[in-house]
Amino acid sequence: MSIRGVNIRVEDLGFRYSTRGEPAFRRLDLASPRGEALAIIGRSGCGKSTLLHVIAGLNKPTEGTIHFDDKRIDGPSSRWVMMFQAPHLFPWMKVSQNVGVGLGFAGWPEAEKRERVAEALRLVELTEFAETNVQDLSGGQQQRVALARSLVMEPELLLLDEPFSALDAFTRASLQRDVRSIAKRLGFNLIIVTHDIDEAVLMADRALIMAGKPGKFMHEMSVPLPDPRQRQDPEVQAMRARLMDAFQTAARAAGGVREEEAASSAH
Amino acid sequence: MSLEVAAGGGGDPVQGNAPRAAARLRGAQNFAIGLAILAALWWLGGALLAANPRTAGFANFGLLPTLAAFPGLWEAGKLQSAIAASGYRLGSGLLIAVIVGVPIGILVGQSRRFRDLSNSSFQFLRMISPLSWMPIAVYVFKQWDDSIVFLVAFASVWPVIYQTAAGLAKVDPAWFKVARNLGASRWQMLSRIVMPAINFDIFTGIRLALGVAWVVLVPAELLGVTSGLGYAIKDARETLSYSHLTAMVLTIGVIGFALDALCAHFVRKYSWHRGDTV
Repeated sequence: MSIRGVNIRVEDLGFRYSTRGEPAFRRLDLASPRGEALAIIGRSGCGKSTLLHVIAGLNKPTEGTIHFDDKRIDGPSSRWVMMFQAPHLFPWMKVSQNVGVGLGFAGWPEAEKRERVAEALRLVELTEFAETNVQDLSGGQQQRVALARSLVMEPELLLLDEPFSALDAFTRASLQRDVRSIAKRLGFNLIIVTHDIDEAVLMADRALIMAGKPGKFMHEMSVPLPDPRQRQDPEVQAMRARLMDAFQTAARAAGGVREEEAASSAH
Repeated sequence: MSLEVAAGGGGDPVQGNAPRAAARLRGAQNFAIGLAILAALWWLGGALLAANPRTAGFANFGLLPTLAAFPGLWEAGKLQSAIAASGYRLGSGLLIAVIVGVPIGILVGQSRRFRDLSNSSFQFLRMISPLSWMPIAVYVFKQWDDSIVFLVAFASVWPVIYQTAAGLAKVDPAWFKVARNLGASRWQMLSRIVMPAINFDIFTGIRLALGVAWVVLVPAELLGVTSGLGYAIKDARETLSYSHLTAMVLTIGVIGFALDALCAHFVRKYSWHRGDTV
């Protein structure tokens, strides 16, 4: 598999679900270099999942622009693939069919499709489950199939919307480690949206803290830890504590901003 | 990478082969016993009719005279021609119902505006007894055959429409998002995602439609036409051939049962829902 990442540039981005509704976020700027793993952390409702959907091209921004390698993005593409909170596999298909479904949409010849599916299944260690119906897999295995389904497209960017939040702690830890290691090995970008500080520390090179309504980036912190990262490592623990402090400060500041905004709009 | 791939059990428990075979055998036994009870009651009724001099003239309604009538009906070709004529009308009507009903069902399930626009007229039309359209159908279509096909199609299109729409309503909207994310075109979305997702519901709709179509077909054939199982019943009644009459009724029951079993097979085959009972 040969994948290369992408330079991401987001400028003045805003989104609102309805013309009269309050924006989910506005005036967001973001730059992420090729191959970076970026975590966006924030409380529920701050607009981080919406931001991810907009970057993935699944929702159109109401203001601002997104560029990947200087090319403006205005819709979904198999070059930037999203993994959702639930695997959302197609239950009438076997594991291999689920993994190859995107290649089928792109019209790949059957032989090459089989080869790439086998390679993706090897990466996520599910080779022996290729012919199993996805309904017979555990939650963690299903999320691995979803990962293989994304990887098989050789994406430049993998967007993860709290994809491991429904899994048990052991499976979550192994998938966090595996996704980061695969991304680093193959060189594609990661954008991980999460409310789990540990997940951000274990998976990201850099973390952005998003808070407020409409959501804003309140703080940025780089996560320069060596791989492989273990939850119990003292550096990981220290980084976790720093990020937690920053998170709480940002949340307080966002609350203050919100109160100020409410007061000014009341006047 | 981790070795936790096989850890955790989230899948549904898979029933073993032995209990499944035992359950199937029990089902077959109960089916045979039920059938034997029905046959015994029929035989008893026939025997009681024959035993009473006042009702002995109707004894041919009994089980044994009915079974005895089959070879004669077969040799005369009456059975085959009646089945062929009714089969053509049933098949054509159902085919039209599916061709019309599935796309409309998809529209009803997918478009709220279409659902709102069509709901009142569909509910109104659905509630009209299909046979009440017969005089109009006879005026509109030159052939009696076409009128009956129309009635069958009209009666059976509703279960197909509403079952297809209900199937679509159950489709996980995230599947569309995933497919779009992986580059599916509109046609691929329909053929690779929507249709496999709702095949089960379409076949369930066809199964329900078959029941309705079969119920409408026989009375429709009592009017005007000179072929088919309904006509054969009317003919047998007029010639007082009671054993032929019950033989045709039995044939209708057997064919209906077989067609229902075939539909149930397809419902099972295309079902991806775990734990469905058909």
